[in-house]
Amino acid sequence: MAEPTATGPAGAERAATGPAGAEPTATGMARTELAVVRPGPLTTVQDLGRRGVAHLGVPRAGALDEPALRAANRLVGNPDGAAALETTLGGVALRALAPAVVAVTGAPAPVTVDGRPAPWGAAVALPAGAVVEVGAATHGVRSYLAVAGGLAVPPVLGSRSADLLSGLGPPPLAAGDRLPVGPAAAGPRAGLVPLPGPPGELVLRLRPGPHDDWFADLAGLARAVHRVAAASNRVALRTEGPPLARARGGELPSAGMVLGAVQVPPDGHPVIFLADHPTTGGYPVVGVVPRADLAAAAQARPGTPVRFLLVRGPGGG
Amino acid sequence: MAGRPVVRWVGEDALLVELDSAERVAALYALLTARRAELPAVTEIVPAARTVLLDGVADRPSLARLLAGLDLAGHPPADGPLVEIPTRYDGADLAEVAAGWGVSPEAAVRVHSTPEYRVAFCGFAPGFGYLTGLPDGYGVPRRATPRSSVPAGSVALAGPYTGVYPRSSPGGWQLLGRTATVLWDLDREPAALLAPGVRVRFVPVAGDG
Repeated sequence: MAEPTATGPAGAERAATGPAGAEPTATGMARTELAVVRPGPLTTVQDLGRRGVAHLGVPRAGALDEPALRAANRLVGNPDGAAALETTLGGVALRALAPAVVAVTGAPAPVTVDGRPAPWGAAVALPAGAVVEVGAATHGVRSYLAVAGGLAVPPVLGSRSADLLSGLGPPPLAAGDRLPVGPAAAGPRAGLVPLPGPPGELVLRLRPGPHDDWFADLAGLARAVHRVAAASNRVALRTEGPPLARARGGELPSAGMVLGAVQVPPDGHPVIFLADHPTTGGYPVVGVVPRADLAAAAQARPGTPVRFLLVRGPGGG
Repeated sequence: MAGRPVVRWVGEDALLVELDSAERVAALYALLTARRAELPAVTEIVPAARTVLLDGVADRPSLARLLAGLDLAGHPPADGPLVEIPTRYDGADLAEVAAGWGVSPEAAVRVHSTPEYRVAFCGFAPGFGYLTGLPDGYGVPRRATPRSSVPAGSVALAGPYTGVYPRSSPGGWQLLGRTATVLWDLDREPAALLAPGVRVRFVPVAGDG
């Protein structure tokens, strides 16, 4: 299995300046930027991720809670896949250097503008110079802050997403970073979008295979209660609980991995692959969690109970 | 299953094709990439050691039928472009690998630089290729304790594979030498010099590679 590394080849670059739109406007105003006042524990730029490059060893990356990213973008009139910020537990604070419109979705958190309460899950207008702050999440893990026009950091291999396994894309936010904002689209802003609450218990459907025959007791896996492990990150949701015993020994030659694959390393604790997962892996995959269930997985805090619900997919053998 | 792949359904929209040799994997990967325009839409085609993963498949039943009916016996792996990697064979593990093979370090360099390799698949990091071509019997185990940092350009061995670290990273492979060749360059298409199917020769050099 690949080993995550802290810095990649692109890790030294700060994504402060985009290739386009850097010229002052006719009125001499600087283009819109968001300046990072407080980066939070881990805040990254995310869109819908990279496609078509897995054969080069490039993970897909992209927002872990994809419906929350889409909702935030709709609230500010962006295309669903515009680049936005994904926070981790502790929020973020940004100063708008010119008027901007933002929206916060995902993990519920207090939102303030220059210290005054502002709505979560709705478009918020920021005057020039205002500081928008997303506080610590009250539930869940990851909040999404979208800005009208989207974040215009330079795309890498077709995506602006930070990939924390490989170090591709912009590095996590640091204080003082300036994030360029693209021209706001003319699209209508959604007034209200459905925003499911984070789960008290995580129930993940599991389509067995391709290596379910490597394990002795799938029914036992479905009966057991696991818990989200603290070592979970953008690469994988790790679990702790009764280990899943193997029905056979040996090693699996490296095989391609899909989003939601549940790998079981020799310690028997299932690992659910999230957006920054390695493209190939050497441990057997007991089953795959459907993508629709991964948004809840992205919002499950360490200690949350996890249950697997065995399903047979349509046409899945 | 001489030549005939086993096709497994994975998750919502992926197929995993299992094959009995690295050569068949290379043959199927070459066939699928050459005929991609004629196939039902697929987002990713990811070769690996004994499998080819097709992810984001628009029409899984027809692609599964097509794959299960393939006879790869008549399809040798296509010849990809040939890349030469100038290599300075001064790696920290060269003497140990040579001793394991029962030869001198000079002879170990000849063993490694004689064959033509093929990039079987990528993984571990963007642009890290797993190269096959080392003669049978010359496989080496990974190091018992991985190094916390392996320099970029390190030419290394593990199991039956040779690889070149595209950038500095932790790693457990045995280090034979180093090249100055840039393995990963976002301004190049593809960014990975060693993409699946590429043929590779390691050319011993005295300088910095």
